[in-house]
Amino acid sequence: MKRRPLALVVFLLLSLSAALGQSGGELRFYLHSDPKTFDPLLVADDASETIRYLTGGVLVRVNRRTQQAEPELAASWKIARDGRSITFDLRERVYYSDGTPFSAADVAATVQRLMDPALHSPTADSFRSGAGAVRTHVDSPARITIAFPAPVAGLDKLFDQVAIVSSRSANKQRAALGPFYVADYKPDSYVLLKRNPNYWRRDAAGRQLPYLDSVRLGIQPNRDIEMMNFRRGDIDLINWLDSEYFDRLAKQSPSLVHDAGPGLDSEQMWFNQVPNAPIPAYKRAWFRSTNFRRAVSAAVNRADLSRVVYGGHAQPAVGPISSANKFWFNAKLHAPAYDPSGALRLLQQDGFRLQGASLRDREGHAVEFSIITNAGNKPRERMATMIQQDLAKVGITVHVVTLDFASLIERITESYNYEGALLGMVNMDLDPNAQMNLWLSSAENHQWNPRQKLPETAWEAEIDRLMKEQAASLEPARRKTCFDRVQEIAVEQQPFIYLVNKNALSAVAATVANASPVVLRPQTYWNIETLSVGVQTAGKR
Amino acid sequence: MRYLRKSAWLFLVLVALASLGAGFWAPADYATQFREAPNSPPSHQHLLGTDEVGRDRFSRVLYGTRVSLLMAPAAALLSTLLATLVGGVAGYLGGWWERAAMAATDLFLSMPWLFLLLAVRAMLPLNIAPITSVAVTFLLLGLLGWAASARVLCAGARGLRDSDFVLQARASGLRGLRLLAIHVMPNLKPVLLAQFWISIPVFIISEANLGILGLGVEEPLPSWGSLLRELESFTSFGFEAWKLVPLGLLILVVSSFQIILSRDEVYA
Amino acid sequence: MPKIVRRLATMAAVVLVGGLLSATLVRLAPGFDVDEQQLDARLSSESVATLRRARAHDRNIAGFYLHYLGRALRGDLGESRTLNRPVRKLLAERLPVTARLAGFGLLVGWLCAVLLALGATMTRRVACDLAATVLGGIFLSLPAAVLALLFVFANAPAYLVIALVVFPKVFSYTRNLLAKSYNLPHLLTAYAKGVGRLQVLIWHVLPVAGAQLLAVAGISVSIALGAAIPVEALCGIAGIGQLAWQAALGRDLPLLVNLTVLVTVITLAANWGSEFAGQSFRTSEA
Repeated sequence: MKRRPLALVVFLLLSLSAALGQSGGELRFYLHSDPKTFDPLLVADDASETIRYLTGGVLVRVNRRTQQAEPELAASWKIARDGRSITFDLRERVYYSDGTPFSAADVAATVQRLMDPALHSPTADSFRSGAGAVRTHVDSPARITIAFPAPVAGLDKLFDQVAIVSSRSANKQRAALGPFYVADYKPDSYVLLKRNPNYWRRDAAGRQLPYLDSVRLGIQPNRDIEMMNFRRGDIDLINWLDSEYFDRLAKQSPSLVHDAGPGLDSEQMWFNQVPNAPIPAYKRAWFRSTNFRRAVSAAVNRADLSRVVYGGHAQPAVGPISSANKFWFNAKLHAPAYDPSGALRLLQQDGFRLQGASLRDREGHAVEFSIITNAGNKPRERMATMIQQDLAKVGITVHVVTLDFASLIERITESYNYEGALLGMVNMDLDPNAQMNLWLSSAENHQWNPRQKLPETAWEAEIDRLMKEQAASLEPARRKTCFDRVQEIAVEQQPFIYLVNKNALSAVAATVANASPVVLRPQTYWNIETLSVGVQTAGKR
Repeated sequence: MRYLRKSAWLFLVLVALASLGAGFWAPADYATQFREAPNSPPSHQHLLGTDEVGRDRFSRVLYGTRVSLLMAPAAALLSTLLATLVGGVAGYLGGWWERAAMAATDLFLSMPWLFLLLAVRAMLPLNIAPITSVAVTFLLLGLLGWAASARVLCAGARGLRDSDFVLQARASGLRGLRLLAIHVMPNLKPVLLAQFWISIPVFIISEANLGILGLGVEEPLPSWGSLLRELESFTSFGFEAWKLVPLGLLILVVSSFQIILSRDEVYA
Repeated sequence: MPKIVRRLATMAAVVLVGGLLSATLVRLAPGFDVDEQQLDARLSSESVATLRRARAHDRNIAGFYLHYLGRALRGDLGESRTLNRPVRKLLAERLPVTARLAGFGLLVGWLCAVLLALGATMTRRVACDLAATVLGGIFLSLPAAVLALLFVFANAPAYLVIALVVFPKVFSYTRNLLAKSYNLPHLLTAYAKGVGRLQVLIWHVLPVAGAQLLAVAGISVSIALGAAIPVEALCGIAGIGQLAWQAALGRDLPLLVNLTVLVTVITLAANWGSEFAGQSFRTSEA
């Protein structure tokens, strides 16, 4: 009898420590494929990106909530006035997970390797502002200056993606400076991360972070299984939820799901404007007409797309930047209003006319085109079907063709044998420089008409000029003015007909303490250091 | 037994009539989207509820039956004929013919035909009429679906080749195609019927799966296959029995075909 | 002996042709030399060009195939271009998984099919046959993807899905073949003479339908392997089926050629095994 109160106190203390998020435990969630690389400098896929985020130590971290750069391994930094170099003052007495000390030499080696053209690192491309080599100068073990051949806009935030690799460790890729290190990897099965015993950061009470003992990343490509295993309590979080799953889960356990609001990613459609594309000349003429694109844009009911396809967990998209991007979004712009009669008026200005229920161009061709999208993506298939019906109201016949991803990429990047396409854009980065290869008319990803030798239209020439100007400027206000104008042109010209910005939907088990999902990736575990997993409750959620 | 067979016939005729008169019975067009009521349960207005973009499911089942009930048996017939031609004839002729045909069949069974379908889709224009897309898809399914039963047919024909009654027929001067048609083929009927029966639902489902390659039924035209795809999601598991109606209909139609086809064996 | 040698030579020829044909099919399919990463807006034109060059490496199919055969003879099956891992290792890890899945699936599927077909034909009761037919119809009409999801949902073993895919097909052939044999005129004489059901089955029915039933056994291996693709992909099982699906989506030429060669060998072995058994069956009967 006497033991009972003591047991109760122990239980309460344990519960309290779990509730305060300081009890460790193992966090479990899924990667949707095997990581393609453990080399943090070669990361290109989501799974490898997750490993990098959890194990890599970076000089500067973009706070996923405030969207501001914060000191990490660099206690402070300074960008030179000409924007060509950055000097970091590093934290001292920091050690890799294998015990080797961290110093400026590691940063120098990492940057040199990253910028080596032979490495073809996707991360490095963001730093390439001009021809020439990147130089590093180690001023002291705790101070380094990195000089670029040309000014790099938004330079400090770019270091959020650069995990500093040890130059002295025996197994360089496994020696971690981040909160965890890779302890085990079984292909097709799991990646086990364990707490980095030498992690430098401490919480306000002086306790070493992270709280978690380990993170088990199961490899599970199937999202249905992910959802079921979350409900069974086999995993603790789902970083990105489909709206259908979200609603289903919300009905059963509303406290476990989180809608953080519109995310950075957009869904959009565009028309093929490539001059030598194998499509009829009269169709190319439609697609190159601003009025035609604006009319199609006005005939699409974006509010319906958000409500029906995403169950309300999406917002009509305005332009290239989502309202979630606090600094760069041009708040003066609004999503094009749904206006079929306005669309018809615009079409009439270009000589189109309604003949019965069918729209005809000046030469009498019935207005009919196909939209390709990737098969298996249900929201996109549904959006295409709804757009098909929206456009039928203005007399346009749309054929929806779903293709496997490789066939689709081949059509939009190699053969240009398509008319319209519906795809999404994943925005990993807040800075518009990340979209440079989308907006420059000479770029590969200028999808409606890529690889132009000279800009073919005046508005594309203006975008080219503005994008280059903002990239060369170091004044945030000047850069913002330039990019605001780019957004305006994008809305006026509609080269991409932006449809919706999906909300960032996630699910986190009640046993996970301190979770606070945000819209930026990685939405649920951005604050991994302070997460902890308490007592597991059995049974269904 | 006749009663059962008649019931099966009657059911198939009713389903065919219902689908042919879809324009008359269907409460809505198969493409009309009632966007204010997506994913709604059955109601007076929508007997089987609506799909994810608010289209009347009952109307879509009626129209979808037209496509699938016509095309799938036609493709099944094509694959059965090809199986007979390759398996039956090779088994009957024997020797070098048989070895070559069966090696080719084994090769055919092992090939990643997905890539041929991808190439075919690449050669077709993107703006083809939905019905042409369906027809091409079922034609491809018919052309690719014969190999497995060709092997079984070959084994059957091989046995018949050396059987007493074929030897007697040969001795009495019966040769070539006549011998094949009168004595060999009727004895291969069990396998042919099985091939035909299996192919119908398999082709109906495959047609929907080929949507991933840009083949199959194009939106907004419905087919049983595309209606069954609604079930291929964890979110569809619930107490939403009305979503199972297309599946139930397919099961009943497939069973009716079997009852009609297998009359000689069991229901005689 | 020469017959076996001839068979093995044919097998080698079929496998070689199979490998070449599959390589050609993959090469001709759209999307062969593109990479999903090309759509990454962060990549510079130079990086995209590098990605293109890496993919264009295997464009010459004859060159690729000869190179592949040369390496394969030395035991090197190449490297998967989507998973960045040696194909030999991938196959070694995943083949046992699929073998177990397909093996158990075939066993259970055949057991159900044969028992049901025997029940339907031996009893000669319409109700029995009707019930079996409808059951077969149900599993034929249920897409493998739905079955797989249901089994994942119920936490049931995935080989049962393979079994349920194999079952209606085997049942259909078996039932029809048995029914045909049971309807032969000399069976009526046997029954009239008072021969027992089991003896009729062993002495009169199986000898007639045996060779074809064995052929069904051969092709059911192909059916099970085909079913393993959606089942493994949907149940999240790391076997050959899932690998094949990933390889197809990524146009992974080295992996696909190896997988085709593997599937061709299994198909040939299964079908020729059943053919051989069928011949021995007939010989022993004679």
